[in-house]
Amino acid sequence: MATSETTPDVSAEGVSQDAPSAGTAPDETAHDVPRDMTKRDGSAGRPRRFTGTGRWPVGDGTAIGLGTVTIFLSAVVLIPLGAVIWKSAEQGPGGFWDAITTPDAWAALKLTVIASLFVALVNLVMGTLIAWVLVRDSFPGKGVVDLLIDLPFALPTIVAGLVLLTLYGTDSPVGITLAYTRIGVVVALLFVTLPFVVRTVQPVLLELDKEMEQAAASLGAGNWTIFRRIILPNLVPAMLAGTALAFTRAVAEFGSTVLISGNVPFKTQVAAVHLFGQIESDNTAAAAAISTALLTLSLLVLLAIDLLRRWGARRG
Amino acid sequence: MAIEIRGVNKSFGDAAVLRDVSVDVTSGSLTALLGPSGGGKSTLLRVIAGLERPDSGQVVISGRDATRLPPQRRDVGFVFQHYAAFKHMTVFENVAFGLRIRKRPKDEIKKRVGELLDLVHLDQFAERYPAQLSGGQRQRMALARALAVDPEVLLLDEPFGALDAQVRKELRAWLRRLHDEVHVTTVFVTHDQEEAIEVADTIVLLADGVVQQQGAPAEIYDNPASPFVMRFLGPVTEIDGRLIRPHDVEIRTEPGEGTSPAVITRVVRLGFEVRVEFTVRGAEGEQAAWAQLTRETVERIAIEEGAEVHVRPRPAIKHSIQIA
Repeated sequence: MATSETTPDVSAEGVSQDAPSAGTAPDETAHDVPRDMTKRDGSAGRPRRFTGTGRWPVGDGTAIGLGTVTIFLSAVVLIPLGAVIWKSAEQGPGGFWDAITTPDAWAALKLTVIASLFVALVNLVMGTLIAWVLVRDSFPGKGVVDLLIDLPFALPTIVAGLVLLTLYGTDSPVGITLAYTRIGVVVALLFVTLPFVVRTVQPVLLELDKEMEQAAASLGAGNWTIFRRIILPNLVPAMLAGTALAFTRAVAEFGSTVLISGNVPFKTQVAAVHLFGQIESDNTAAAAAISTALLTLSLLVLLAIDLLRRWGARRG
Repeated sequence: MAIEIRGVNKSFGDAAVLRDVSVDVTSGSLTALLGPSGGGKSTLLRVIAGLERPDSGQVVISGRDATRLPPQRRDVGFVFQHYAAFKHMTVFENVAFGLRIRKRPKDEIKKRVGELLDLVHLDQFAERYPAQLSGGQRQRMALARALAVDPEVLLLDEPFGALDAQVRKELRAWLRRLHDEVHVTTVFVTHDQEEAIEVADTIVLLADGVVQQQGAPAEIYDNPASPFVMRFLGPVTEIDGRLIRPHDVEIRTEPGEGTSPAVITRVVRLGFEVRVEFTVRGAEGEQAAWAQLTRETVERIAIEEGAEVHVRPRPAIKHSIQIA
């Protein structure tokens, strides 16, 4: 660390923006005249190896910023989450396991996970398709459609639930009744998770270098090959990230499902609604256990996103 | 002829980008499409590659009418200004792409890509990703990728435009040597007249969507067809209503045949070259002009600011254009 702090300029230059991530890093931006690469592998102890805040001397401004962020994140995220985990841990691992494996809790968790997985997969395909159409096709009213995509974000989810109940309820104006069915739950989840894949894929697609596709075409690749071998690999990280976000959102969804699901235990009751029921019946320990289970699931998926992002970044 | 372009017209909306363009490219030649930005040179290159469809006219590649062929079936290699590297593939996979499309056997691909990477001096970078390469390296990779499928013609769109001056000069010389080795018919677009003169053996000068002149670099430089061509190919100055090169201006202390009196206003020494600015007192009033002399000449005739001298175009020169 001492080295990096005494020569901040050198180390800052050493870590160039487009230098690839750890391990395979070519020291310095690569040269045009090919050189013997083995020579520079010996320079292991150079300051550029330091990353993060160790690279620059931390000034007062940064300390205030860092402190603020730490306090804010602690107050808003870490302490509440810690409290939930603490609460569920009070009953011990056995109690925790018992709480989430009661038949109704387990059924709710199972429905939630399966429905969320299904919804995430549908989003993966349809979200990508919608993003594609919005970026690559032109049609009248495109701006309006683009705007509508964000509506599920803007609308309170309970309103979404109400809309769906009105449309697909027992006296449905279109003659389709989905209320109190698992399909109803899936439709509600599809509605609220729609924007995730669209909004993660869309910018990547917009930024995608069209000349890559033209280069592939002039090398003889047909449209399908161009899509499969050039476009898709560049979209996959964004597609998967969007899918994971949609999944975590679906796992946690309450508002839109509470009305249409009818809240039938063992049939249409999702985990978040079950949780709410536990709190209402003053069973906070069980509620905390289910919360922790959902939290763990979401964290695992977010961790997977992060690994995917790193994997994508390594490939430039 | 490797490429014959016959009466090609192309408009984007109301703007005519190519107007009745006809160009012949000889097999094995290295041709530069030269011209100012917006002159239509990139569009012409893209028309040859099939990336743009002409409104009318014909494109013939190796004797085959390619006007209606999609880019996949034209047998051209295309190199883009911004490399268009497949950034999710290694250097090896980038170069191998065209061969994999053609379903060549693995061994053959490995051998061919190896040869090409040697040719462009990237053999040690085969497993890198494009993001781990410099601009010059990415461009050489793009070149190897285009060459991998043995194209009939190689098209390069401002290939060195995104590189810094030093790398640019190196790659320019390298491209010339490469062409001498590989002999594939090559057309490249540039707005840099020095680059065109140095690298190409034929120059096609395009401006306002029209071919202004085509020919060997020396021929175009020495016999420009219009004041525009003369101005575009190098520095010019005007003496007595004639457009001439500043290095063709003669400065004398005594009057002579065809000289005009002038007063030196500024002398700038740029190493070996000396830039002498002066005001010519012609029949129609005063006019600023300049001459490019060697340091030796300047010292011999003692040119300094404020001196009264006599100037004229060097008598032996052919390339001057009467413009007034």
